Amino acid sequence: MSRSSNPYQDDRGNKDRSITREGKGEVDSTRKSGSTRPAPGGPFLAAENMTGGYGAADILHDCTLTVEQGQIAVIVGPNGAGKSTAMKAVFGMLNLRGGHVKLDGEDISELTPQDRVARGMGFVPQTHNVFPSMSVEENLEMGAFIRTDDFKGTMEQVYDLFPILKEKRRQPAGELSGGQRQQVAVGRALMTRPKLLMLDEPTAGVSPIVMDELFDRIIEVARTGISILMVEQNARQALEIADRGYVLVQGANRYTDTGEALLADPEVRRTFLGG
Amino acid sequence: MTANMRTLLLFAGMALLIVLEGSTTFLGIFGGSWNSALFILTFGLLSAIMSLGVNMQWGYAGLFNVGVVGFVALGGLAPVLIATQPVSEVWTSAGAYRLLLALLVGAAIIGLAITLNHRLRGRGRVIALLVTLVAGFFIFRAIFDPAVEVIEAFQPATYSNIGGLGLPVLLAWPVGALFAAGAAWMIGKTALGLRSDYLAIATLGIAEIIVSVLKNEDWLARGVKLVHSIPRPVPREIDLQADPGFVDFAARFGTDPVTASTILVKLLYALLFLAVLLVLIFAMEMALKSPWGRMMRAIRDNEVAAEAMGKNVTGRHLQIFILGSAVCGLAGAMMVTMDSLHNPSTYNPLRFTFLIWVMVIVGGSGNNWGAMLGGLLISFLWVKVEVWGPAALNFLTSGLDPDSPLRQHLQDSAAHMRLLTMGLVLLLVLRFSPRGLIPEK
Amino acid sequence: MDLLNAIVALLNFVVIPATAYGAQLALGALGVTLIYGILRFSNFAHGDTMAFGTAMVILFTWLFQSMGIHLGPLPTALLALPFGIAATAALVLGTDRAVYRFYRKQKAAPVILVIVSMGVMFVMNGVTRFIIGVGEIRFDDGARFVINAGEFKKSTGLAEGLAFRSTQALTIVTAILVVAALFWFLNRTRTGKSMRAYSDNEDLALLSGISPEKVVAVTWTISAALAVIAGTLYGLDKSFKAFNYFQLLLPIFASAIVGGLGSPLGAIAGGFVVAFSEVSITYAWKKVATYVLPESLAPDGLMQLLSTDYKFAVSFAILIIVLLFKPTGLFKGKSV
Ligand SMILES: Nc1ncnc2c1ncn2[C@@H]1O[C@H](COP(=O)(O)OP(=O)(O)OP(=O)(O)O)[C@@H](O)[C@H]1O
Ligand SMILES: [Mg+2]
Repeated sequence: MSRSSNPYQDDRGNKDRSITREGKGEVDSTRKSGSTRPAPGGPFLAAENMTGGYGAADILHDCTLTVEQGQIAVIVGPNGAGKSTAMKAVFGMLNLRGGHVKLDGEDISELTPQDRVARGMGFVPQTHNVFPSMSVEENLEMGAFIRTDDFKGTMEQVYDLFPILKEKRRQPAGELSGGQRQQVAVGRALMTRPKLLMLDEPTAGVSPIVMDELFDRIIEVARTGISILMVEQNARQALEIADRGYVLVQGANRYTDTGEALLADPEVRRTFLGG
Repeated sequence: MTANMRTLLLFAGMALLIVLEGSTTFLGIFGGSWNSALFILTFGLLSAIMSLGVNMQWGYAGLFNVGVVGFVALGGLAPVLIATQPVSEVWTSAGAYRLLLALLVGAAIIGLAITLNHRLRGRGRVIALLVTLVAGFFIFRAIFDPAVEVIEAFQPATYSNIGGLGLPVLLAWPVGALFAAGAAWMIGKTALGLRSDYLAIATLGIAEIIVSVLKNEDWLARGVKLVHSIPRPVPREIDLQADPGFVDFAARFGTDPVTASTILVKLLYALLFLAVLLVLIFAMEMALKSPWGRMMRAIRDNEVAAEAMGKNVTGRHLQIFILGSAVCGLAGAMMVTMDSLHNPSTYNPLRFTFLIWVMVIVGGSGNNWGAMLGGLLISFLWVKVEVWGPAALNFLTSGLDPDSPLRQHLQDSAAHMRLLTMGLVLLLVLRFSPRGLIPEK
Repeated sequence: MDLLNAIVALLNFVVIPATAYGAQLALGALGVTLIYGILRFSNFAHGDTMAFGTAMVILFTWLFQSMGIHLGPLPTALLALPFGIAATAALVLGTDRAVYRFYRKQKAAPVILVIVSMGVMFVMNGVTRFIIGVGEIRFDDGARFVINAGEFKKSTGLAEGLAFRSTQALTIVTAILVVAALFWFLNRTRTGKSMRAYSDNEDLALLSGISPEKVVAVTWTISAALAVIAGTLYGLDKSFKAFNYFQLLLPIFASAIVGGLGSPLGAIAGGFVVAFSEVSITYAWKKVATYVLPESLAPDGLMQLLSTDYKFAVSFAILIIVLLFKPTGLFKGKSV
């Protein structure tokens, strides 16, 4: 970023590597969590009426996403629809102007992402979702950062789920293939033993065979009682395994139904599933 | 309040500060001496030119130059080499001519190394380069060392150097700019041509080297033994005092000739510097409005897009880096001319690199008028804090026993208030007015 | 015999001083590289942090000396070191809270933080001078030598003496211990790994529940500790002078960049590369050469490649050469 309305972010196009290093995070790391309020009833995750964006312009408009306990919810939509933005909003990585996020009977809208992790949420972002210079095993360990108990068992479970990772556990994650990296990313998120797992296009850049396998693994994970909220580009396949589907367009809910019903809807098929 | 109004007011305020410094001793804040006021003014104008140079690089291209002191020092060499008289006794085939030959050979070796670096690949390149540079170094030293010995042996108390060309000193100003530009070209070629920029560390290093060369190579400009009495573009005070016409003139203003002559000389310098500064600002403003300036801004605002449109980003960066450094060199030449003294021990990076950065940031990055105001204001503070520091500490410690060691220590340390204050000013401005006093439009 | 004499002279004038200096540079460069890796900017105030820390150590040393506390053969400064580190860490953390944190919140561009660090540099420079003045201070006490040149000559019968000063020995031992501890910390402990994770990917570290502010605080503390240790060892070995510490910035940056910015291993390698080149290029080789070469080839000059006044030029030349051939530094750093 060079020119910006925020003078502190204006680097005047400087790219001097002897004094600065690229790749700063986007999230305000100095923020502190506010308090939570009880909000009994409703689905396991309910992110309701979310409105907001990165700067002055809103990306999300009154967007609502819910997931029931142990179910799979899938978000589909065109590029730039705001799917990733919605996921970040659910995870508290965005300053929302309106709406709230409730998890397991508690309003967590004021919590920082770190504290949401502690409440049982796990997130695999669309890009930059591994620690490239750290080994696969260290990536998984970092996933378990907040756990104080022994996480060896969970790591074995992840290795069972993705056997290739066990083979490569000493290798830096940055040196893995795209598909393997996605597995590390999902594995890292599973290490916290989350109650809600959020996946932003876990199959991006992955061959069809690996994709099928990843979907199978995700269903496996859901069977263990973990709720899943997932963004997918492969809309048809994703909606097939979805208990609930959302079609997001320009930051707003366009269609919301069960995965099956969306697949059957001729309008949705024509506009979003290519016939 | 419009932006122009604000700029005008700020400059009026700055002028007022200098006038007050000259005319009143209000509460001991001001000096009440025109000599001091004009000193601050000339010092401020020189600094303003330096900060103009840094502002070109940082403000217009985001280039981070932390070697300003090196360019200033190089520029400062010009008055010695241009305006002093040649030391004809050392211009012999065993002395200065041999030295020139050594320098030519040195340049040829570096040229050869660069050519080899371009032509060859792989292991062969490394070996060829090593051989060329190592052998070249010894050849160079074999020619160079005896020449230096001859030159430095000649009347070390007065000379030990090659002297200058005996040309008018004003010519040294553009030459000083050229010296700095040449160094900038070499640094920029290397540090901007790498995969990423490494300009900051490169400038930091080369500045250190330039200053140590100036300090240690006596044949060049007598090193720390100083070169005095460099010719000046304005009359000397003593000559004025000896001139009956001037003594009459001073008497008419009711001042003694000594004060009048120092003030007049400083005033002449101030006018000269102001003229140079305004010409530079004018030229820069025009350049910025030209297609060249628009391209510079396009590159800065979105380098990726500019590169995609086929603009040679590195080439433009190199240009502006050279220009900015040349301006710093010019200021260095002007400074040595005014002091009429070449003293490389004064080239402290805190004063000539980092303080200039404070001026640019405080004045307003990317705004030439801002850089000028920053230069004047920070120079004013730099000079005055030296006076205010001890006074403030005296006041603060007045409750303590005059003999208490704490009080003694505090008062002795007051001189260091200067650096502290400059740091605080920089931090406060960055925090609360990040665009500076006169923000970029 | 001549060969032995040559080796002893080489050890005495090149290897030992360069190793000690290299260790000091490496410790300084480690601090710079840690800040670069985790906070993403080069800290121009690092030299002055070293100066401030050493000034604190000197004050505590004087205090202990005046109380009659000594460490026997070891310098009293060693006892003062933890206190100096504590004071410096407090200052640095306070600076982070008062100055840097605001810019983190603003998601400021790293180059803005570089400028901020210049401001901090000025302030720290002023504070240090304010506290301890600008003069040169020697604060080493205890035993002077581990190996004394005269005794060495007597016991070995060699013409060359070997002097191994205790400050040099101390520097090398301390540096090894500190580096080992740092590597153990970064690679084996949970907090150390979380620092590497944050350096790799800030947002993902957040998503793993790592507290960024804690990572930042730990980083500042470690870098302050490294700065104080490096500064104290340098001061014991040579002497303390505030301005010299500011000037150490260049060789320290050069070491960090030569090794590969952001890579701790690189910082160490860079420190030794720079130190050995500086010392060997500015050393007058005549003595060693006269021992090794036959009489007919004996050199008449000093055989000094560059005068010691140009030692900074050497760091810089090494830097340029490495960058031309390996833009990411010897050990692949995080730059580029
Ligand atoms: N960090 C950011 N800062 C500012 N704007 C952003 C940022 N990230 C995304 N946007 C904008 O928000 C809008 C929605 O982007 P988002 O990434 O949420 O889309 P998406 O639905 O995930 O698209 P895709 O299918 O390509 O992943 C886009 O217009 C994009 O330009
Ligand atoms: Mg997306």
